[in-house]
Amino acid sequence: MNHSARWKYLLILTTIMLSVLFVMPNFYGESPAIQIMPIKAGEKIDTSLLQSIEKALEKSEIKNTGLILENFHIKVKFKTAEEQLQAKSLIQKSLGNKYVVALNLISNSPNWLSNIGALPMYLGLDLRGGVHFLLQVDLSTALEKTTASYLSNFRTALRKEKIGYYDATKNNDIMQIKFKSKEELNKGKNIIRDINDNFVFQEIFINDEIILKVIISEQTKKSITEFAIKQNLETLNNRVNELGVAEPLIQQQGLDRIVIQLPGVQDTAKAKEILGRTATLEMRMVNEDKVDPSIYEDGNEDQIPVNSEIYNDRFGNPILVKKQVILTGERITNAGPGVDQQTGQSIVSITLDGKGASIFKQVTRENIGKRMALLLIEKNLTEVVTAPVIRSEIGGGRVQITGMNNTQEATDVALLLRAGSLAAPMEIIEERTVGPSMGKENISRGVQATIWGFVAIIIMMAIYYMVFGVISVITLSVNLLFLVALLSALQATLTLPGLAAIALTLGMAIDSSVLINERIRDEIRNGNTPQASISIGYKMAWGTILDSNITTMIAGLALFMFGSGPIKGFAVVLVLGILTSMFSAIFVSRAIVNYFYGKKRQISKLSIGEIFKVDNN
Amino acid sequence: MEFFRVKKDIPFMKYRKISAVISTTVFIFAVLFIVIRGLNLGVDFTGGTMMEVSYPKAANIENIRETLRSINLEDTQVQNFGTEEDVLIRLPLRKDLSIAELSEKVSTALKLSNNLMEVRRVESVGSQVGDELYENGALAVLFVCIGIMLYLTMRFEWRFAIAAIIANMHDVIIILGFFALFQWEFNLTVLAAVLAVLGYSVNESVVVFDRVRENFRKMRRANVAEVINNAITRTMSRTIMTHLSTQTVVISMLIFGGEILHNFALALTIGILFGIYSSIMVGCPIAMWLGTNQTNLAISNPESKKENKEL
Repeated sequence: MNHSARWKYLLILTTIMLSVLFVMPNFYGESPAIQIMPIKAGEKIDTSLLQSIEKALEKSEIKNTGLILENFHIKVKFKTAEEQLQAKSLIQKSLGNKYVVALNLISNSPNWLSNIGALPMYLGLDLRGGVHFLLQVDLSTALEKTTASYLSNFRTALRKEKIGYYDATKNNDIMQIKFKSKEELNKGKNIIRDINDNFVFQEIFINDEIILKVIISEQTKKSITEFAIKQNLETLNNRVNELGVAEPLIQQQGLDRIVIQLPGVQDTAKAKEILGRTATLEMRMVNEDKVDPSIYEDGNEDQIPVNSEIYNDRFGNPILVKKQVILTGERITNAGPGVDQQTGQSIVSITLDGKGASIFKQVTRENIGKRMALLLIEKNLTEVVTAPVIRSEIGGGRVQITGMNNTQEATDVALLLRAGSLAAPMEIIEERTVGPSMGKENISRGVQATIWGFVAIIIMMAIYYMVFGVISVITLSVNLLFLVALLSALQATLTLPGLAAIALTLGMAIDSSVLINERIRDEIRNGNTPQASISIGYKMAWGTILDSNITTMIAGLALFMFGSGPIKGFAVVLVLGILTSMFSAIFVSRAIVNYFYGKKRQISKLSIGEIFKVDNN
Repeated sequence: MEFFRVKKDIPFMKYRKISAVISTTVFIFAVLFIVIRGLNLGVDFTGGTMMEVSYPKAANIENIRETLRSINLEDTQVQNFGTEEDVLIRLPLRKDLSIAELSEKVSTALKLSNNLMEVRRVESVGSQVGDELYENGALAVLFVCIGIMLYLTMRFEWRFAIAAIIANMHDVIIILGFFALFQWEFNLTVLAAVLAVLGYSVNESVVVFDRVRENFRKMRRANVAEVINNAITRTMSRTIMTHLSTQTVVISMLIFGGEILHNFALALTIGILFGIYSSIMVGCPIAMWLGTNQTNLAISNPESKKENKEL
């Protein structure tokens, strides 16, 4: 009765071997390394870069222990941290500022292991050190900005068609236009509908006023906000890249939040500065009706035309620009520094996306000879970067900005144009920083707690249940092996509470073995033969094991659903630990017992500790 | 080795009136502490900033307070954390400074006054996030309670489900009562421990109830109290061994786990100790009082009929 089918042994052996394979990478340790990536996130890398890095290292005789080319970055391993630092400054110098060089640690596990997907456990920020930010994206501002640009479009269109309206205002995302007559209103409505079909209209007639309310449909609002988040994510990606972080994580969370995790970052001040920078770019026409804007300087602000505003350029000269925005930074897909081949001046060349290109083409065609201003808005400070004269119609979306003082300025402006535009402002609403020494300490604390707890359990079980106690301990070790293997294979984030959960699940997993052992003792007490006792014991314990594990599982799932960060880490380990402990208690411990006892026909006594006999009933 | 060499079943249910008085008293006291003293909620729930900084030598708390006062941060809490070198600084949310600015301001000022200061940990939580974490915590507790009750109703019977959940809530309230009484900090990690206790300590009730059901089938002539007494006595050895091993691990956490896991381990300890008591002396009497008997338990469950045949 106590035989396990051959397939069960095979299944267990295979699982154990696989687990050993996946646990192995955790024991190889890590090497210092540098990681080289292009400053523009997501740009691919080729072998020529690899060769130039190799050459540079050879030249200055810095020995590396391996170069790895991946899709978006190159990693170079070193023996010592000293070589790593030397190499970092060397490579950064030789590659220039098109690339970012970051410090990193790479697992020393052999390649064949990583090739089959066996990687070390993925440590959370509380174990490896670093910064975690949660950013709140202010979507209502993004919506307002879009509304404002719609309204300005309407005004232009209505004026063009000579439709009589005398007031166009907006309140948050609701626009309101007052018309002179009902016919004008109907005509105006059609024009607006032509511009964009996604509006909801409402006509109001009170006190001789004829008002058209234009409301943006929910669907459009959704797409506006979705776009804003996407844009912000992209911008953040570029900015984080600038920071030179080896393995950053930038992710949308929920509807309007973004999580950023920067492992290994110590300079939190700089990280915050760069992430929090809210630069937006706008292209607007210069109002050239008034030749000398300086007349407005002395408090003559009432005389500024309603459609225009005054801003200073980089040299402090005031420039009168129109309020209407032609293009914003969102339309820029790329920007880079360059040199004008005719004049030898530093320039910035910009590439616009399709819609941007067509708008730009139209505007330049209609405004040849006039000046277009490029405004940079940073922390509520608006500055005219440059205001060149449009010389000809510019199609194809490739624009050159002249007027840069030197190459450094061109590089800076290009960087800002690439990375500078946020579709909506953001605010840091959660920050968690863990220093590097703290991370290491947390690991050793968690590991020590687990090890000593484990040792104590081994001693207790062996004394109390003898051979069956040893079998329980073996089962528990196998369980630990499975759990660590599963965590490594799934690359689930391991946090300090997660480490605590490993220890806790060990303490709880022993419950299954205890239940089984106690049941077997019970059966012997009731006068059953040893073989029968084993068989009945396992059978009777199974239902109880299932029940008690499922209730813990419910708690684990709740933690996973409602928890965040480190707590989620706890939940993941708890849930996985329950699964592995059930598997090992049912399959593994039974298989071991059957292997030792099942073959013998008759056993006189089970080594399961002393059993006190009671005269039951 | 065998811990329990009991010849006869221990008449646990005989003491159920005394235990009811004890449980109710402890429970009321716990509730009183929670209401009067309140929980010392961590920044996770209240919002605010917590910074752990360390110095190479014993930290001068007064100096740190002075430095903070000099940059106009009045409402702060500064105390040693674990060792003499480590200091925990707590700052409430401020209207004029964002959380990102606040922690930067503090670390810059402290660095200026002592260059060897190292920031070990910063936890800043905005009020909005704090509220959400609080809400999610409450939701999680609710979810676990409902989930466990549904499962127990399905697997056993509604009387057991109610008995188990009351026993469990008894444990949770007592954990919270301890945290309120001693003003230990209640943060997200402790909440995780509380939820783990909810799931874990219901095991205890499940094991006993399992035996009770089995006994109802076997001990046809015994009355309800005898059946329950026998179930508790027979599972006693398992109860002690299981909780002993879990508690061993938790003690190991208390010793080696450091300050961050300290309150987590404390919550687990209280949960485990009271979990044993409550599943025996709270859960079982309530199940009995609700009218659990042979007819509604052993027979009403179709699965148990199947099991009966197998045996």
